[in-house]
Amino acid sequence: MTETLHATRLVVNGVAHTLHVPARRLLADALRHDLGLTGTHLGCEHGVCGACTVLVDGEPMRSCLMFAVSADGAEITTTEGCRAPDGGLGPVQQAFTECHGLQCGFCTPGFVTTITAYLRENPLPTEAEAREAIGGNLCRCTGYQNIVKSVLRAAELVAPEAAVAPQAGGGLSEGPR
Amino acid sequence: MSGRLFGEPIARREDPRLVSGAGRYLDDLGPDALAAAFVRCPHAHARVVDIDVTDALDVDGLVALYTYEDLAADDATRVAEPLPLLIPHPALTEPRTGYPLVKDVAKHVGEPIVMVVATDRYVAEDVCERIRVEYEFLPPVVGVDAARDAARAVHDDVPDNVAAHLVQEVGDARAAIAAAPHTLELDLEIERSASMPMEGKGVYARWDAADASLRVYSSTQTTTSVRFALAAKLNIPVDRIEVIAPDVGGGFGVKIVHPWPEEVLVPWAAIRLGREVKWVEDRREHFISSAHERGQLQHIRVGFDDDGRLLGLDVEFWHDNGAYTPYGIIIPIITSTQLLGPYKPGAYRVEFHSLYTNTVIVTPYRGAGRPQAAFAMERTIDAIAANLRLDRAEVRERNFIQPHEMPYDHQLTFQDGRPLIYDSGDFPASLEKLKKLVDWEGFPAYRDAARAEGRRIGIGLACYVEGTGVGPYEGAHIRVETSGKVVVSTGLTTQGQGHETVFAQIAADELGVPLDAVSVTTGDTRRFKYAVGTFASRAAVMSGNAVALTARKVRAKALRIAADALEVDAGDLEIADGTVRVKGHPPGAAGGEIPLRTVAVLSNPLRYAFDEESKRATQFAVGDASGPPVAEDDEPGLEATDYYSPMQATFANGMHAAIVETDPETAEITILRYCVVHDCGPMINPRIVEGQIHGGVAQGVGGALYERIVYDENGQLLNASYMDFLMPYASEVPTIETDHLETPSPLNPLGIKGLGEAGVIPGSAVLASAIEDAEGIRITRMPISPSDLHHLRLDRARQEHDSTAERGAAE
Repeated sequence: MTETLHATRLVVNGVAHTLHVPARRLLADALRHDLGLTGTHLGCEHGVCGACTVLVDGEPMRSCLMFAVSADGAEITTTEGCRAPDGGLGPVQQAFTECHGLQCGFCTPGFVTTITAYLRENPLPTEAEAREAIGGNLCRCTGYQNIVKSVLRAAELVAPEAAVAPQAGGGLSEGPR
Repeated sequence: MSGRLFGEPIARREDPRLVSGAGRYLDDLGPDALAAAFVRCPHAHARVVDIDVTDALDVDGLVALYTYEDLAADDATRVAEPLPLLIPHPALTEPRTGYPLVKDVAKHVGEPIVMVVATDRYVAEDVCERIRVEYEFLPPVVGVDAARDAARAVHDDVPDNVAAHLVQEVGDARAAIAAAPHTLELDLEIERSASMPMEGKGVYARWDAADASLRVYSSTQTTTSVRFALAAKLNIPVDRIEVIAPDVGGGFGVKIVHPWPEEVLVPWAAIRLGREVKWVEDRREHFISSAHERGQLQHIRVGFDDDGRLLGLDVEFWHDNGAYTPYGIIIPIITSTQLLGPYKPGAYRVEFHSLYTNTVIVTPYRGAGRPQAAFAMERTIDAIAANLRLDRAEVRERNFIQPHEMPYDHQLTFQDGRPLIYDSGDFPASLEKLKKLVDWEGFPAYRDAARAEGRRIGIGLACYVEGTGVGPYEGAHIRVETSGKVVVSTGLTTQGQGHETVFAQIAADELGVPLDAVSVTTGDTRRFKYAVGTFASRAAVMSGNAVALTARKVRAKALRIAADALEVDAGDLEIADGTVRVKGHPPGAAGGEIPLRTVAVLSNPLRYAFDEESKRATQFAVGDASGPPVAEDDEPGLEATDYYSPMQATFANGMHAAIVETDPETAEITILRYCVVHDCGPMINPRIVEGQIHGGVAQGVGGALYERIVYDENGQLLNASYMDFLMPYASEVPTIETDHLETPSPLNPLGIKGLGEAGVIPGSAVLASAIEDAEGIRITRMPISPSDLHHLRLDRARQEHDSTAERGAAE
């Protein structure tokens, strides 16, 4: 009852690896346990919470719903790969620390990867768009308000030369003042 | 030194580690450990007749299988005994706790029956699938009604399903209600929810046979107590066990329960196998085998005068405690006492029954009985206001305890066994702030304008008081190293609250050192062995004050040693920027100052120099030959340990207001505004305070509108996944507007009050109030979904139709 192993090539955060994994091994487990990149976390293992989100060829994917073998040949970015080239904090990570965008930090890597990809598509989101951008990730600690702020701050850090996007002041606050 | 750090909204020091993937959570440890998985009972109430492992034995990678028989066969430990009753109480007359593995009869879906240890989790799960368990089905008891009816019993020897029955009374509430000019009765219900931290539980154990020592990592809210519990269970001297909480991905109460079955079994297996063993809970396991909270039925009778002032309040409620009571009856005690909120109830009587059901255990989830309490009281106040056609804020204000009445003694016994005495708060001022923040006075015009557009808008208001920082104690150890670094340790644990930051702020202030010089460790018994844990909004109050008291001891010692070295009076010295100097002495000028790192060197008389700096403390360099190198009442090292142990809890408070819109067609409920005024005394770090409130409110909103644990009549949990149990995403949580009042507590040196649970407490109460205002329909049951609201509308339409028909018939 020995499982067949499959050679799988992954380029993770710019480094090429060849893994020999069973067909059923989840990409998340390959990253965490075979490559030791434990920044990617598993919150639900059924694709709902988004904590395990990594970028596969630039696209946010749930690494708990993908087999490692199905990522063969792909370029993968985890939160470790969202650091600055000098090893310091990348812009999204920096924004989270500035805006108190995390508490326990368990869901944060999934937000970091999701937002990193999002800002490539939409570098100057409004507050409403920022909230929409994180709408597929669960956080149990922050109430999301400071994560929304982090998205906006990250946009400033990613594109410092760009003018600050016009923000809808007050957000959802439509009541009387 | 550049001013006080206490009160500064500084960025958290733990964040760079956590955002970049360098955090270390339980499953990030022990990459080579064996993996455990469990066969869990799929039935709510069933006798285990036979366990057949034949098919499982030939799975490659299987290392061990354990059932209750294996526990029973181990005479050297106490693992076969029931898990401990953590908090006994005289009213808990029928406490019951489970076994680490089911002994005979499983009492809820999810109870562990077989433990499997294998080379990895995939293999362990393969093994679990091949184990056949034969059951004899027993009838389950599901829900408070079924438990109360007692047609069937969860435990054979508790035929009425009543674990505990408690009455507290101040004055003669029933007589006061009978004599009151107005009376009302309410029947209320709150359904089950759960803590649901993003990281489930997990345990990783390493047994060092040569050293006869055990190291256990657990995603727990209390390492010190897990350590003592393991020593007792495994029959190992406590000094041979260390328990460490690594980075923990949220707790919210569920991780204060201990030792969990897995917390006993994983170390036990690691010792038996002489191998590292790890178990990481998956989400389904968390749903069915950890803990839930909230479920209560409440019956309230209230008597009041023409102005809406309470004259008598008589509350009876029934609390669903699940299948076992390892955490005692803390939740219903909190409900019964915290129900009073900021009000003077007149005469008060409260009675509760805590009932067994064939469902997973019920233990504190952030708020711990208070959301139910606030729901009961605030629904009652709203009902009084509606009855008398008075403004809801006005009725609240008329019943408030006034600032000059503090400390206010409710003459009840609180959850810590001590008197329920409020120490501080200015409720009228808080309400004034909230009314201003939400524009309470301006709302009717806004509502009218919205109604003219065909929109349904409502406003709600809810208040609460929260006993925080219960004892018995917390402690701290602080050492100034010869590098000048300040190392702070406290025994309670961290699950994302930012303790590394706030405790460092306190220590840096008290010691006069830069923040960067301070490092903080929590929840590691290698560093601090006596602690209680993180729960009940107690970390800042308890460990914060312990850190302050300890730092003051270290500071006094530093001044004494520096005074000797500088040959001045200690009273003439101050510490700033890590240097002790004579007051008024210009920094950097020769003489008159000494760095703390040098004081640390001098504090430890040496025979052997280990570096250049330490030569200063060797026997031919220092020492007064007229006395011993270490004086009789002294000890070496610039360090100290101290404890903070309060007489009673300190009481924080807050008030929330919400504006909701309900869709006339779809009954969708949208929160337009959510305002919070909170009083936790002086804020150590306002940024962290805001974050705690935001997170609490999100859970309050979840509990009010979305989260509902659904068991069917067979005791099957129908929504044991994130797909089906609806936790709020960013799209469901409103922007939260906050304001603060800071009335200091007179009870502790820093004047602080707890915060962690605050945001969640009035969620159901305030949203029920706002929905009721929008719809004109009594809201008595939470959570409320659009479908629930739709059915309430249909009920109302039917009633209106019936009463119209009756009137027609009468005419």
